[in-house]
Amino acid sequence: MSLVKLSNINKIYELDAGLTFQALKNLNLSIEKGEFVAIVGPSGSGKSTLMNLLGLLDKPTTGSYELDGHNVAQLRENTLAELRNKKIGFIFQNFNLLKRTSALNNVALPLIYSGVPRQLRIERAKKALEEVGLADKLNSLPNQLSGGQQQRVAIARALVTNPEVLLADEPTGNLDSKNGEEVIKLFQELHKQGRTIILITHDRNIAKSAKRVIHVKDGEIL
Amino acid sequence: MNILETLQLSITSILSNRLRSFLTILGIVIGVTSVILLISLVSGLKSFITNQISGLGSNIIFVIPGRIGGGRGPGGSQINRLTFQDATNLKNGLREEAEVSAAITKVSTVKFANKESKNSSVIGTQSNFPKIIKLVKVTQGRFLSSSEGESGKRVVVIGPTVKTNLFNSTNPINKSITIGNARYQVIGVLASRGSNFGIDQDNVVIIPLNAAQRQFGVTNLNAIYISANTTEKVKDVQTKAMQILLKRLSEDDFTVQTQEQTLSTVSQITGVLTAALGGIAAISLIVGGIGVMNIMLVSVTERTKEIGLRKALGAKPQDIKNQFLIEAVTLSSLGGIIGIILGFGFSLIINQFFITVVPLWSVLLSFGFSTLVGIVFGVAPAIRAARLDPIQALRYE
Repeated sequence: MSLVKLSNINKIYELDAGLTFQALKNLNLSIEKGEFVAIVGPSGSGKSTLMNLLGLLDKPTTGSYELDGHNVAQLRENTLAELRNKKIGFIFQNFNLLKRTSALNNVALPLIYSGVPRQLRIERAKKALEEVGLADKLNSLPNQLSGGQQQRVAIARALVTNPEVLLADEPTGNLDSKNGEEVIKLFQELHKQGRTIILITHDRNIAKSAKRVIHVKDGEIL
Repeated sequence: MNILETLQLSITSILSNRLRSFLTILGIVIGVTSVILLISLVSGLKSFITNQISGLGSNIIFVIPGRIGGGRGPGGSQINRLTFQDATNLKNGLREEAEVSAAITKVSTVKFANKESKNSSVIGTQSNFPKIIKLVKVTQGRFLSSSEGESGKRVVVIGPTVKTNLFNSTNPINKSITIGNARYQVIGVLASRGSNFGIDQDNVVIIPLNAAQRQFGVTNLNAIYISANTTEKVKDVQTKAMQILLKRLSEDDFTVQTQEQTLSTVSQITGVLTAALGGIAAISLIVGGIGVMNIMLVSVTERTKEIGLRKALGAKPQDIKNQFLIEAVTLSSLGGIIGIILGFGFSLIINQFFITVVPLWSVLLSFGFSTLVGIVFGVAPAIRAARLDPIQALRYE
């Protein structure tokens, strides 16, 4: 059974004046547990829409999305929020760390919404930061960290809930090549440990580091 | 996400933006401070007046010229028709059940040698005055004798302030002082009653009624004091006094008021004052609330990205709503608490000069109201935050 299974997905945006724009066209995609997949495409190809759907931030207009065996295509907002919390680990291009908040508390943030007690949150966040090699930066604020370190904090935050899927949207986009490589190395390590990783990027070189590359263009998989 | 976590979050957020948080709650701080302060002043005034009146004894009935509470508006009848004749009629009519004493009051300068005491109250009254107004006590010498009271002999009992002003620590008895332009012989010194609300109750001289009438050229009285022999008889004496006075005067010429009625009038007046001042202060609280709403709306816009992130990480709309609502309520309650402390502090300072009383209800009311303001004005920004689309919010720059 696939971990992620998209069947006949269409996403149509209603624009002004009755116009519509079809961002995804009859898209089918399966990703197995433990895969390291890169989704590549130029801007406007629909890969962001695809990522939002995969990340349960958006709903398809038609089609079904099975995540870990459950159809999640048309769930209510609260249920989606719970699933995002439990099943998805987001990694963003611009890290999206909370300012004036220590690395530790940034990493512990998703666990607040899982209802994990404070003491346990701190323990798990520490462990996640150790996993990404930042055990000595627990109390650092984001602006005291380099870009690469910030992205690693963000990865620790994605890992802390022990999600089914890590969903990384242009994770190296804001990093220089050296830091970018380090982050990609970290992904490869996590993949070896059995994590499922979906990497969305426009950069074919970055995509090469994944085991499987999916090209998206004009809302379709090539 | 439980309330305690949310509360912690909002406190962190408030503390991370100290100056702005402070400016946000300033309106509420000022509002609550003024509520507490104004109510403490009015309550102090009420307790002062109540004490003064109660201090006179509950058996006392006042007859004053003009009609209070009649249809003629403030002051009632313009002409004072109350005369010594009325006091005499009352004295004769109530011989069995009450003590009656007439009084006129003027303000004058009292002099001795080259020293003077300005704006002294001059009370012209009769020898039984201390029997009715128990606060009037003599510490040195004696009060007016009954023959002096009737005859208008120029003798005077002076208050402690007048004594200090004119004689320092030397013995004033049998000295001759000048009130206005007439000379009086000092026969006694009154016990101190202290001062309050800036009025020195010891800057007073008491002279025989007749002497006062002659010196100031008046025949009417400022007040007739009646003291019923027992508390139970107060109502009867009041009714009887009115009947006696009506034989000569019309209803609009006088008011006969018992202590109970006076207290209820005071209570009415301070009630109206409290409501009026409280209302004004409440408006300032609402203005403060608008300030909170304004800043919360700014805060929601400013933290759009944070809201998007929290949603992506699993926050439900309800979690986001609670976060911002609790932040608004925490801010406004904090304003309330600071306001209560400041109001209490100021009223303690003012208490050095006037009596102020901070009633518990005013503390509870203003805290409750400031919290309510936080809820009312926090809801709109909180709902706006909760409704943000996470995709749009994450993309927001």
